[in-house]
This record gives sequence, structure tokens and C-alpha cells, in this order.
Amino acid sequence: MRVLAAMSGGVDSAVAAALAVEAGHEVVGVHMALSRNREQFRAGSRGCCSIEDAGDARRAADVLGIPYYVWDLSERFEDTVVADFLSEYEAGRTPNPCVRCNEHIKFEALLDKATALGFDAVATGHYAQVVTREVTETGPDGEPVTRTVRELHRSPNEAKDQSYVLAVMGPERLARSIFPLGGFTSKDEVREEAERRGLSVSNKPDSYDICFVSDGDTQGFLRSRLGARTGEIVDSEGEVLGEHEGAYAFTVGQRKGLALGRPAADGKPRYVLEVEPVSNRVVVGPAELLTVDRIVGDRSVWLADDVLAAAGWDQAASDWFEATVQVRAHGVPVPARVRAVVGPAAGASEEASGAAPAQGGGMEVELTGETLRGVAAGQSLVVYQGTRVVGQSTVQRAYRAARATSLAG
Amino acid sequence: MTSTPAAPGAGAYLDHAATTPMSPAAIEAFVAELTATGNPSSLHSAGRAARRVVEESREAVAAALGARPSEVIFTAGGTESDNLAIKGLFWGRRTTEPRRRRILVSAVEHHAVLDPAFWMAEHTGAEIVLLPVDDEGRLDLDALRAELAAKGDEVALISVMWANNEVGTIQPVQEVVQIARPYGIPVHSDAVQAVGQVPVDFTASGLDALTLTGHKLGGPVGVGALLAKRGLPLTPVLHGGGQERGVRSGTLDTPAIRSFAVAVTEAVGARAERAEHLAGLRDELVRGVRAAVPGAVLRGPDPLVDPSRRLPGNAHFTFPGCEGDSLLYLLDSAGVQTSTGSACQAGVPQPSHVLLAMGVPEDDARGALRFSLGATSTHADVQRLLDALPQVVARAQAAGLASSAGTSRGVSSTTTSTTRRPA
Repeated sequence: MRVLAAMSGGVDSAVAAALAVEAGHEVVGVHMALSRNREQFRAGSRGCCSIEDAGDARRAADVLGIPYYVWDLSERFEDTVVADFLSEYEAGRTPNPCVRCNEHIKFEALLDKATALGFDAVATGHYAQVVTREVTETGPDGEPVTRTVRELHRSPNEAKDQSYVLAVMGPERLARSIFPLGGFTSKDEVREEAERRGLSVSNKPDSYDICFVSDGDTQGFLRSRLGARTGEIVDSEGEVLGEHEGAYAFTVGQRKGLALGRPAADGKPRYVLEVEPVSNRVVVGPAELLTVDRIVGDRSVWLADDVLAAAGWDQAASDWFEATVQVRAHGVPVPARVRAVVGPAAGASEEASGAAPAQGGGMEVELTGETLRGVAAGQSLVVYQGTRVVGQSTVQRAYRAARATSLAG
Repeated sequence: MTSTPAAPGAGAYLDHAATTPMSPAAIEAFVAELTATGNPSSLHSAGRAARRVVEESREAVAAALGARPSEVIFTAGGTESDNLAIKGLFWGRRTTEPRRRRILVSAVEHHAVLDPAFWMAEHTGAEIVLLPVDDEGRLDLDALRAELAAKGDEVALISVMWANNEVGTIQPVQEVVQIARPYGIPVHSDAVQAVGQVPVDFTASGLDALTLTGHKLGGPVGVGALLAKRGLPLTPVLHGGGQERGVRSGTLDTPAIRSFAVAVTEAVGARAERAEHLAGLRDELVRGVRAAVPGAVLRGPDPLVDPSRRLPGNAHFTFPGCEGDSLLYLLDSAGVQTSTGSACQAGVPQPSHVLLAMGVPEDDARGALRFSLGATSTHADVQRLLDALPQVVARAQAAGLASSAGTSRGVSSTTTSTTRRPA
């Protein structure tokens, strides 16, 4: 296959490219330039868009003996990921820019351009596994037809697993993606592989922060881009407890940085319960008011037709099925029952076909075991069965059935 | 006496304007001199022997370019020569006439001229005036006249390149000199792309300073010269041992200088014959590209209409709907090495300031490719390009569509351009 290896300059993508080469693919390395302002590239090694990282990626490609190019996707990145980040916070929601980057940049802009240029697949250094299996179905002429189903699974490296941020890509994109690090159980193993191949990035530190927030100061970044907007911090009764410089800088479940002078009457810590963009108010309260057991999502992506098909359909929704759900990149999955709801994007005719009836539609989740705390609108919710990714949705609202009051959104 | 260098690697190398192979004679001179020891500034016999090589080289460079030996200042190449010209002339002038703060440069100069000029504006109180060009990239002389008529007594220097590195347009340097003369303004010209391609005579041109470099004409990288009239007030940029009239300190690189002189002599001596060969191939390339990709737009003067307005080894096209980096990649994988022609930052091709100055819309400017021919170029190189091009352009157009889908280029309010390059 002709494979485009996305090379960030880090050790993971370098080893992924190396493995793609060794698997016999014809590999070309591409570094994505994502920062619009090339003269203020970050000097550190934490992000994915510094000149140093572009140089490291080039050097890794040299060692592997593969062609290397830099593609400027900065305009697209600004228009999608950064713009979404700002507008979501402005709307009182909590975006995950890495999810949106995978959705709009890596597995859309990059993958589409690669496909148009004649590549068969894009390889990245993500920790997730693609499991393929053959299914035999009855074809249109009554003959059995065999097709390959690609399932997205968690990495065996639980600490590093990135299936959560990949789920958004959907089945069609998954078919053109390969994750050579999928089977690795530890990062040390990947570093060893890098060292063995003479890749100088083997000791490079991991990146954790949002790559376009240069100093890790998200609140400062939001303030610089959205401007200060002073407003009130209130408790759930409406009593004013303090001031803030912009409701957009707060996220549901946040405890730190509230800067409230007075302690709560009961002495317990207070959390952000709600961000109200219109009134520019931040509502805080005790932890127990954050607890939810019902989540509604939109913009759903389904990666497991068979699970939905097995659940069956009734009018505008699938039947409930058992799963686990995860709402944060390194959050703990909790048991739930889930169903797909046909959203405005899905036509009624798709129901009859049985295939992907609810792509782009809604999702309803009822937690059946533990509850979750601090689920904010805008977060990505991923549905698993075992290690397999079933689907993904963007949290629209989360609430507690018993109280039946919406806490977010 | 012309020696033909080895072609650079497999495939068709159509990027001679970036760098061109060293000639065998230049390599021989370089290697021979590497075995000799001697600092040309030393007074003993080894030093004297090295000095003799340097001075003979100086005489050879001067003879090839119609300059006097004392007008040749050896440097480390084009960028250094341009920096010395811009900064040295500005500072040299300011000591005697502090009100002369304006630096006039054409909008299509190489970054080695533009960036020092902008640096001077940021750090030493200079004012930059970018002189406009027409749609072929040729300097607007009326704009120069108007500028000088209005503020001629405030101008410290003028810099206009001999020929453009991207679109190959030959500039009216002689006219610029004539227009500037009554105002007593020194004129510099970056002739890096011109020497060896078109006739260059320093004295006849009337220029005060001229830049050339070794690696664009068959010499080594890292050596070049600034030709500067005697008596020109030129403040040094590099300070130290006082070599090169005290204007450019640093131990003279005898092997590189000798090799450079051999290459200049050879390139200028063989110029007429080589230019004819290059122009023939270039015209074949231009006709071929137009036939293979009817939508392609030639940028710069049309050589089939008037060959005298363009460098003989240069062709430049924009391909609508394509991104330059896609074209570059696809041609590279087809064994054809080209360039988008414009400066890269972090490996990312930027829309060319030259094309933008010529009035080319930014979207069209993104699909630019420069083809530049040199001594090793053959008919087969051109044919290889023409064979690959139709499919390459079709693919790049498909990729261009994929890239522009989902984003409305140019209407985003969140996108900020922070470039300080002239548009």
C-alpha cells in the first residue's frame, strides 16, 4: 500500500512510520504545520507545531529513508479546531480540541488530501487497535457475500489508550487509517523500538497540553482571544459569591481557580455546576449536585452497525443495549444502557436499510451502575462494549433522573 | 574550456536556480587548493602563495564582470553580500547625511535584500519604500521617478535585482541607475541569478554595488562577492581582522575563492552558447507545459514573444486549483525535482511575495512551480516533466478540492495573518 505517515516529530509517530515501512508499505512522511504564526513557533518540545518538532520529524524520515514533506494545514486548523474551541467555551460548553483535531484535521483534511494524491491509508502513532473480521451476508442476488469489518478497539496499553479521541472518525475514515502502535503495551517498548532504529526522538518527553495554548494557560488563551467579560459567580440559590473575568473560562466540575473569598457554610469544597453564557454567570455548589446518571448526546458517530442492528429499531430510536461509557480522555468507563436516536441529520429511509441508521443523530445514555460527576456539555462521550468502540457522541446535556433538572447545556 | 558537470542524481533536476552542480574545473581548483596551507594575511612564503591565489582570483572575477580588481570584495555568498550592501550603504550614508533614511527596494527582491531592509527599519530608523512592479514582475520606473521627485534627497540607497529568482524577469537596472544619478543615490543590484545567464558588466551598468554568488554558476556554496565602487561609503557588517579593504573581516577562504573565480570565468566565457542552449530547452518546456496543461498560466514575460525580457533558464507557471506542495510531491515521486520558487518557512511553501506583487491572487499563487535549467539540463529532463505533468496536475487538482472542502478560505474572521513580508 501507499501509506502517508503523519509525523508530529514525536517518538510515537516516528516508530509508527518505521513499522509501516517495515510492513512493506511505500511510505511518505508528512508533518502538519498547524500554527498560523510561523514566527512564533513554540520552542519547547511539548506541542506538535514547533519548528523543532518539524525538524525532528524530518530527521526521523531521513533515518527511515522515506520522503518527507510539510503540509500547511494551519488555516483549516484555525477555522475548525481553534474556532470550535473558542465558540464552544463561549457557549458555556467544554470542548476537547484533540477530538476535533482528529475529526477535522488528521482524519479529514490530511486523509482526504492523501487519498486524492493517491495514498491508500494514513498511518498515525495513536495507541488504539483495529481488529478486522470477515462477515458473510446475503448479497442482492441471494449469493453469500463476504466483507471485512474493521472494529476500533482500545490499546492494550491502558494508560496510553487513545481510542477515546479516535472514535469520532467514524467507519469510513477508519477504513483508511492504520495505527501501527496498536499492539504495544507500554511506552517504554515504543521508546526501545525507536532507539533500536537510531531514531533520535526516542527520549523526547511526551506532550500533554493543548498544542495551540503555548504555556498551558487555557484561561489566559481564552481571555486573549475572547476578551475579558466580568460577571458574577453565584450559588444554586442565586446568591452572589464572587466575580469572574469571563464565564467562558469555567468548565462544569471545575473546583480550582474559583477564587471565592468566603468558604461554603458547610465548609465543603464548591464546584462549578453550570456555566450560563447568556447571563455570563457561573453557578457553583457542592459536589453532590454535580452527580448525573442521564446523558443526552448529539452529532453521534457509530462504528458498530452490528451492535445497533442486533438491538433493533422502533420508530425513531434503537432499542436499549448494554455498554460502558467514558466521558474523558483518561476517565473510567462506567456501565450504562445506551440507545441511538434518529436525529435531524438522519433520514427515515436509512432505518429500512439497517446500516448506520443514526450517523449524525442523537444518543441517550442511562448509567446503570456508578454515577458520573461534572459531565459538561461539549465533552465527547464514547460508548464501548468491552474493548470495542461502539460509537461516539457530543454531550448535549447531563442530568440526574431523580432531580430531573438539567445541570448543563 | 567549458567543462560539463555531472548531473545531480537520478531523475530530472529542474531546480538549478536553487543550486546548480559544480563544474569539474571548479571542483579541481577547489580540491587542489585544499592541499595547500597558508593564510593570505600571513607575511611568510606560505601566506604569500595563498595571497597570490586570492589576488589572481580577484583579477579573474573582475575581468569576467567588467570590474576593477579593487572593486571585488569576497564574501560568504549572496546573502552576506546583500546584507553588506543594504546595511553598509545605509550606515555609510547616514554618517554624512543623516536625513537620508529611506531605502528603496523593488517589491520582488529576494529575502536576502528585503529582510535586511526591514531589519534596518525595525532597528535603525530606516524607512522602507517598496517599489511596485507590473504584471510581469518588471519594476515600475515611473513609480521610481515619482518617488525620487518627491523625496529624492531623503533616499539612502536603491536596490533592484538584476533578474528575478522566481519568474526570471530581467529588471531595467540601467534605467534605474540613470534615474538615480542626478540625486546622488547609490544603487545596488542583486545579480545572483543573472551572472552566467545574461551579460553583466559592472562598470558599464553604472551600478555602485552588485551581488553575486558561487553556487548558482558552477562554483561552491559559501563563497560569493560584492562588487563595490571604490570610494563608496560602506560601513562594515563583520568586524575583525580588517581583510577586504577593512569592509569584510574574516580569514579569506582561498580554496573557495579560487574555485569561485574559475567558475565565474567559465560561466561568463560560455554564457552566450549556454544561454542559447538553455533558452531552446526552456522554450520547449514552455510550449510543452501549455500543450499538456492548457489551464496553466505562464508567469513573468513570455519568452516566446520576447526572449530578452527573461532569464534563458527560467520558466514559471501557476496551475489553477493546485497547491504547490502537492505538485512538488507528485513530481518528486515521478522523478522530477522542481520548486515552488518561493521562500519556505519550516518547510511550508508560502504564497510568493513576488507573485502577489505582480497582482496574482493568493489562491492562484499557491499553485506555483518554478522550472529552472542549468548546464546539465537535457531534452530528456524536459520530456520527463512533460510526460508526468498531466496526471500530476489532475491529482493535485483533486487534492486541492479535498483541501478546500469544508473550509471557506478567505472569509474566516478568526484567521490572522501575522506575516511581515510585503504583500
